[in-house]
Amino acid sequence: MSGPSRFRWHGFWRRTQAMLIKEFIQLKRDRVSFVMIVMVPLIQLLLFGYAINTTPRNMPTAVLLQEQTDIGRTILKAMENTQYFKVTRVVITEDEFDQLLKSGDVLFGIEIPAGFERAVRRGDKPAMLVVADATDPVAAGSALTALNQVAQIALQNERGLPMPGGPLFEFRTHARYNPAANTALNIVPGLIGTILTMTMLIFTALSVTREIERGTMESLLAMPITPFEIMLGKIIPYILVGFLQAAIIVAIGILLFGVPIFGSLLLLAALSTLFITANLAIGYTFSTIAQNQLQAMQMSIMFFLPNILLSGFMFPFAGMPKWAQYIGECLPLTHYMRIVRAIMLKGAVLSDLRYDTLALFALMLVAMAIAIKRFRRTLD
Amino acid sequence: MNADAETVIDVEGLTKSFDGRVVVRDLSMKVKRGTICGFLGPNGSGKTTTIRMLCGLLTPDSGHGTTLGFDILTQADEIKRQVGYMTQKFSLYQDLTVRENLELVARIYGVDNPRKAAQDMVQRLGLHGREDQLAGELSGGWKQRLALGACTLPNPKLLLLDEPTAGVDPKARRDFWNEIHAMAADGLTVLVSTHYMDEAERCHEIAYIAYGELLAHGTVDEVIDASKLKTYTVTGDNLTELSGKLMGKPGVDMVAPFGTSLHVSGRDHAALDTTIRPYREDAALHWHESEPSLEDVFIELMSRAKDNFQKEPAPQKETTL
Repeated sequence: MSGPSRFRWHGFWRRTQAMLIKEFIQLKRDRVSFVMIVMVPLIQLLLFGYAINTTPRNMPTAVLLQEQTDIGRTILKAMENTQYFKVTRVVITEDEFDQLLKSGDVLFGIEIPAGFERAVRRGDKPAMLVVADATDPVAAGSALTALNQVAQIALQNERGLPMPGGPLFEFRTHARYNPAANTALNIVPGLIGTILTMTMLIFTALSVTREIERGTMESLLAMPITPFEIMLGKIIPYILVGFLQAAIIVAIGILLFGVPIFGSLLLLAALSTLFITANLAIGYTFSTIAQNQLQAMQMSIMFFLPNILLSGFMFPFAGMPKWAQYIGECLPLTHYMRIVRAIMLKGAVLSDLRYDTLALFALMLVAMAIAIKRFRRTLD
Repeated sequence: MNADAETVIDVEGLTKSFDGRVVVRDLSMKVKRGTICGFLGPNGSGKTTTIRMLCGLLTPDSGHGTTLGFDILTQADEIKRQVGYMTQKFSLYQDLTVRENLELVARIYGVDNPRKAAQDMVQRLGLHGREDQLAGELSGGWKQRLALGACTLPNPKLLLLDEPTAGVDPKARRDFWNEIHAMAADGLTVLVSTHYMDEAERCHEIAYIAYGELLAHGTVDEVIDASKLKTYTVTGDNLTELSGKLMGKPGVDMVAPFGTSLHVSGRDHAALDTTIRPYREDAALHWHESEPSLEDVFIELMSRAKDNFQKEPAPQKETTL
């Protein structure tokens, strides 16, 4: 299989470079891919950054007002000030109230019962009924939390109320690292990882199968170039591409979404490069296994889905069952997700990220080893 | 050792099958340095597979041998450095320009100053003015020239050309052969597969392969003599009718029309003469004994191989890549 080591290493960089130049030229000519490199991160980030919001605003709310009082008005005003709620309807009968919720015209219904103000002034801690359309529990959850706090504050400022220290509801929340519960802070760093996973996988997953399908692999194999050199030549250009994408996403994240970078930008760049390379190596491995470009695409998607769902990007990692966590640990995105969130939002340094860095490195090496082993040096 | 240096291709008993179908069976051949060896045979006869085994792109199931003195089983890397292989289908990068393709090859082979080497080759191929054109936009003839240029650029010692002139116009074909002969004169060895009889006759020697077996090998004259074929050329009226009557008769191995005449050939000379005797007396037909053409020999070889090969002719994986 392998020639003497003299041949192996003599001219190694020269041949790798030959491959590299070729890949760059092809990339430059491939207008669609070139546009994709810039547009994919741009569009996805803008789309998801603005669209995905687990703390939604201005949710339509109905109020069932059974008495007209100052306290009632104060509470409604304070609720609207949170921007979570927008009182779109004020009704006086329960039938109307129920109908609005049932039809989905409003997501929340707030009932201020008759005798509410009197009960409050007497210190009876009356109940204020809040009905939430919980078909979207995420949307309902954060709004309810906000409502509770706001209602208390509003009443505390009201004159002439007994302050027995007994609030209406007892909820204590503390959103660390993201006190405003700003979803963009969570989404943007995660998007760096998912966008890079997707584009990197696809670029290299097609690289070998494309050569086989176009027939150029026969020429390439007939030339004295080793599988390792071919692999490096095909991966290195896309490291730069991935780097460019990461830069675009981070820049937009900072400029448009106000995502802070508490940690070192250099460390973020270095570990992003590692993550990019790991994904390229995995994509390349797929392309050495797949028989054609379609199969390579299917394999990439098969790999991409668990990356999104099990990495902690969409759902909390700690909330998954053990077996799912084990799978998650084998995915580069899981580790990168921790790295990028830790660097950007918590200001973590390399020693904090030892484990995830080593895991990424190991995944990259395993993928490369499989790719080299699987690369067919002959047409057999 | 001296004789070895002169023998560029020396393989024995090469056998290769795909999915249980034997594509090349027990093939042995030797080609000497500086020789242009024509590799002939019908479609799917195993030519491409043989060529790929010779340059290390396919591993034979059994058999052994050397190319340029390097073992085809274990020294594929060394072989690749000194062999230029031109694939049947254009396999350079269509989205790279002429110059970029040549520079890529030059760099991979470690040619000094790849830029200059590519430029020199552009001049030699007569491609100047087209060096910045994408390879995919070249016409068939120019693609073929580019492919030849790419595989000769690293100055290989052996060229393996797989149907290099398929679909190329006669002028380009002639230029191509002149080029090949010039290079062979400098000591380059060439194994070239082809379907064209006129090209076969331009080779120093020919090898004929059908259904995976090497059936004839030698100079054109040697192959014709070895066939022991006696051929009559018949001219006259109703040749189609005559062809139908003679086909399959004792001693008649092959009947084939050639323009306005008919070639009737057989290996058993006595039986052939007996069979055609009644027709020779037909005044409307003019018979004369002629030297069998290479094509007569090949068609006869092929039909004989088919008879031996009782099974369905093995369809081939030749062009699946």
